Amino acid sequence: MEFKKKQAIYLQIGDLICDKIITREWVQDEKIPSVREMAVQVEVNPNTVMRSYAYLQDQGIIYNKRGIGYFVSEESLGHIRGLKKKKFIQQELPQLFKTMEILQVPFDELAEYYEAFQNNREL
Amino acid sequence: MVEIEKLAFRYGRKQLFSQLDLVIQAGGIYGLLGKNGAGKTTLLKLISGLIFPKEGSCQVMGFNPAERAPEFLQEVCFIPEEFDLPALSIQKYEALYAPFYPHFQKQEFAGYLEEFELTPDLNLSKLSYGQKKKFLISFALATLCRLVLMDEPTNGLDIPSKSKFRQILAGAATSDRSFVISTHQVRDLEQLIDPVLILDEGKILLQHSLYDISKVLNMRQQEERPQDEVLYYEKAMGGYFVLREEQKEQEHELEIDLEILFNAAIGNPQKFGEIFKRGIGHE
Repeated sequence: MEFKKKQAIYLQIGDLICDKIITREWVQDEKIPSVREMAVQVEVNPNTVMRSYAYLQDQGIIYNKRGIGYFVSEESLGHIRGLKKKKFIQQELPQLFKTMEILQVPFDELAEYYEAFQNNREL
Repeated sequence: MVEIEKLAFRYGRKQLFSQLDLVIQAGGIYGLLGKNGAGKTTLLKLISGLIFPKEGSCQVMGFNPAERAPEFLQEVCFIPEEFDLPALSIQKYEALYAPFYPHFQKQEFAGYLEEFELTPDLNLSKLSYGQKKKFLISFALATLCRLVLMDEPTNGLDIPSKSKFRQILAGAATSDRSFVISTHQVRDLEQLIDPVLILDEGKILLQHSLYDISKVLNMRQQEERPQDEVLYYEKAMGGYFVLREEQKEQEHELEIDLEILFNAAIGNPQKFGEIFKRGIGHE
């Protein structure tokens, strides 16, 4: 796996797992790969993967059954959406606004593009 | 697992280490970083009992390596950067040398060889340098030794083998074993190394986990050249990578880049020492 320079690796592994859940590749109460399996898969120190899992557990996205492993939690989708929205607002939107400023795109124009995007999808 | 205190070592008149302290705990993939000639290989040789300290003490798993007790040697494996292998088939080598290691895993050894595209019938003297390296790595990991020392293990490995090596190492790292890997190829092992050891001017300048490091240092990317007093900065595409001393934890922290960390530490060893003493103290 190639990592972006930006984010801490443990968060990037967290994202990877969230993506699997949000695309329903991994569903509720399904066992996710063990720390070791994941470490081998992404070629990362098992301690880092452990940190990813602890983070996801804190966020209520996965839960731990002692001695068995980690599972996708019931409320995972809601928590992931919450996290992603926060990231979108805090990180991606400012980037977008900055580009808009540089290119001098007024805010109203965005609405037009959004409408076009939605119409396009309906076709 | 390894406790070194006030160790001194010199080659002839050339003083290499003085007052060197180092603690290695179980369950780490230690990355040993240092400039050319800093003494990385010498340190690995001291830990494995190939050479002896002039002063100070070196305890490895409760043994003095210099005594070379069999109980010690069966738990330590050292892969040097330069080596000679006998003109034997891999199979024959295994039959002769595996019995020295009571926990040797035949099945795992066969599995690693297969991953590296080697077969047991190959003669060691006919292998390329990279293939020999892959054989040695396979053997070392299969010994299940508690302490595995590797000097520049990714040197000579082709591109797919480096990836295989990372997978194998990630799978072999357990909480009761430790690996010490000396390397200049930080990029090859960036996501595996933790904790980090930096050897400079005859001393260990830094010995901390990445988590501890992230508690006292922060790396950011910014567009403008930093005006304030920062620990270190480096020009990068579209701006600067800046390393600052910072205690607060951030949600969107950047990964600490090992090359930048190394350059920063070597560039200002005194300040680095102070920050870590103040920030987390000694482990």
